Amino acid sequence: MKFHFFHLMPWPDLPDDFPDTYRSVWVDVPSYLYDPVRGHEVYNEYLDELEYAAAMGFDGVCVNEHHANAYGLMPSPNLMAAALARRTRDAALVVLGNSIALYNPPVRVAEEFAMLDVISGGRLVAGFPVGSSMDTNYAYGQTPVTLREKYQEAHDLIVRAWTDPEVFAWNGKYTQLRYVNTWPKPVQKPRPPIWIPGGGSVETWEWVAQRDYMYCYLSYFGYKRAEMVMRGFWDEVARQGVEPNPYRAGFLQFVGVSETDAQAERDYAAAADYFYNRCLHVYSGFADAPGYRTMKTVKAGILAQIGAAARQIRAGLTWKDFIEQGYLIAGSPETVRQQIEHVARTLNIGHMMLLLHFGNLPKETVTKNTALFAGEVMPRLKGLFGEWEDRWWIQPLPADERRAPNPAAAGDVRAVK
Amino acid sequence: MERRTISVRGGMFEADVREFGAPAAEPLLFLHGSGGLMVDPYLDMLGERFHVLAPSHPGFGASTGLERLDDIIDLAIYYYDLLDELGIERIHVVGHSLGGMLAAEIAALDPGRVRRLVLSDPIGLWRDDAPVMDFFSASMAEVQAAVWADPDADYVKMRRPDPSDTAALAEATYETLQSLAAAAKFQWPIPDKGLKKRIHRIAAPTLIVWGEKDGLVPPVYAEEFRSRIRYAQVAIMRGCAHQVMIEQPEAWVALVADFLGAE
Repeated sequence: MKFHFFHLMPWPDLPDDFPDTYRSVWVDVPSYLYDPVRGHEVYNEYLDELEYAAAMGFDGVCVNEHHANAYGLMPSPNLMAAALARRTRDAALVVLGNSIALYNPPVRVAEEFAMLDVISGGRLVAGFPVGSSMDTNYAYGQTPVTLREKYQEAHDLIVRAWTDPEVFAWNGKYTQLRYVNTWPKPVQKPRPPIWIPGGGSVETWEWVAQRDYMYCYLSYFGYKRAEMVMRGFWDEVARQGVEPNPYRAGFLQFVGVSETDAQAERDYAAAADYFYNRCLHVYSGFADAPGYRTMKTVKAGILAQIGAAARQIRAGLTWKDFIEQGYLIAGSPETVRQQIEHVARTLNIGHMMLLLHFGNLPKETVTKNTALFAGEVMPRLKGLFGEWEDRWWIQPLPADERRAPNPAAAGDVRAVK
Repeated sequence: MERRTISVRGGMFEADVREFGAPAAEPLLFLHGSGGLMVDPYLDMLGERFHVLAPSHPGFGASTGLERLDDIIDLAIYYYDLLDELGIERIHVVGHSLGGMLAAEIAALDPGRVRRLVLSDPIGLWRDDAPVMDFFSASMAEVQAAVWADPDADYVKMRRPDPSDTAALAEATYETLQSLAAAAKFQWPIPDKGLKKRIHRIAAPTLIVWGEKDGLVPPVYAEEFRSRIRYAQVAIMRGCAHQVMIEQPEAWVALVADFLGAE
């Protein structure tokens, strides 16, 4: 089993009255709530936390893309991955991902991802989300009903740009290029692993299974509510006669590890409340633009994670509820280990993305959480699913061929003959 | 009312068309707005003077073929094909809201096909100081307050599905969602898709009708349309918001019918 440290990079200073005073954390959240000087500290702390996780032995570090969002301050996750590429050695750079329908032309993603793969010596995991309605339709102005078609075309173009050694012309509906010639090409052959973050669209399950991609269910509702979605995915996998390899699937989980279960509440309750009651305060009108989800998915009754229905589910939740409903797995290392194992087995998940920072959790608590998870939880779960081969994993250059940062020092300057 | 399905462009589209009035009367094409065709007394009343053809646009109601259209110009060209199927060369065109934007495009792209034109609370132009409401993200209550001068009127209340009938409510929700998804394809994210570059081509005498309390498309747009169209006049309807033909059907039909009949 593999474990990845996932960071959302939330703004940590939303005011106490945020849900009452403001309409939404996303799309029209007022920018005067953002302070760039404080932002300088925050970005650097968050990168410290990701680098620490990589040093502590997490298999991957995850970044993702959001726009006009106060709980996700990474409009460009590729910039974060680039910063991490030089400051990490072995961890996978899991970019989950680029909302490829937003890039014009989409070969930009092929280029940037290839750059990341080359700089890191083949450590890139390429995530291709459709992107939320807030990001794509409202913040980036994409037409809802054609978003998925545009996404498909972008996907086809990017994969070909990576794998076709020839210069080719692309006469698409959304992109026309007389010359497609992506320099550089990725280190990983034929291409970096492709992971598809999804929110439970019926069509996505079919497509991911057909393409033999990895499916990540990035839910904030915890594992109990994920069962329906993951059952849908595995049913589709079975229907297509594909092996139920747990490494086909990833899942996002909030986790807080402390010395004891009681200490966990003291360490994490305030940050969990901050995340669920401030960060997820999204105006329901932005949650699901007409046409964003297909009728098939709407009629399948899969609730959007955000919006009125979601808010109702969360209303008035306390620490006890977060724990009982599985939004947050928190407690002593043994408590956490048991529950993670239960989640992994129940959902058949080989890749677990862990939010060990969430809400406004202070850096010292994140450090403790990361150290305890890496030291006392992870080693006892690594062997899970050992009977399966992970065909969705990075294939980096051998360690001794990967270059470490090696800039000249001031005293190195010699006369050049 | 008659209802029939018309196959367009060799079966690429199936158009669900409702007809009102005597087939021998002057033909009139009614083009509905973003919420889909509202089958209401105004259509029967127009049918007393005209042969009204009221199609659902592709992707709305039972009409198919939305995936073959990319933008409002494609939709306008589709309507020339539909008129060809019906054997109609020239026709009065009356459009409401999104249908008004479409009617203006039809009249601008091929001016010879439109006899007289009525634009009722149309979208299609944009002013930063008077933005068209983002009704896609607005709440139901906000939309209701924008489109009805009196959201509590009986004729508004009776249009809402009974909340206790969950099956009917679900069906109505799906239908609205389907309509809005299709409507968004022609106007997302801002309903300014180039009409301003073509609107000067409109040759048909044009009546611009606006509800004085329209909260969806502010009445300042009436002058924006009028000033760009060669032969245009404006009629403001007092006591109406956006759904003028539902709010005051007699007055709306009288305006439209008198204007079209004046040819």
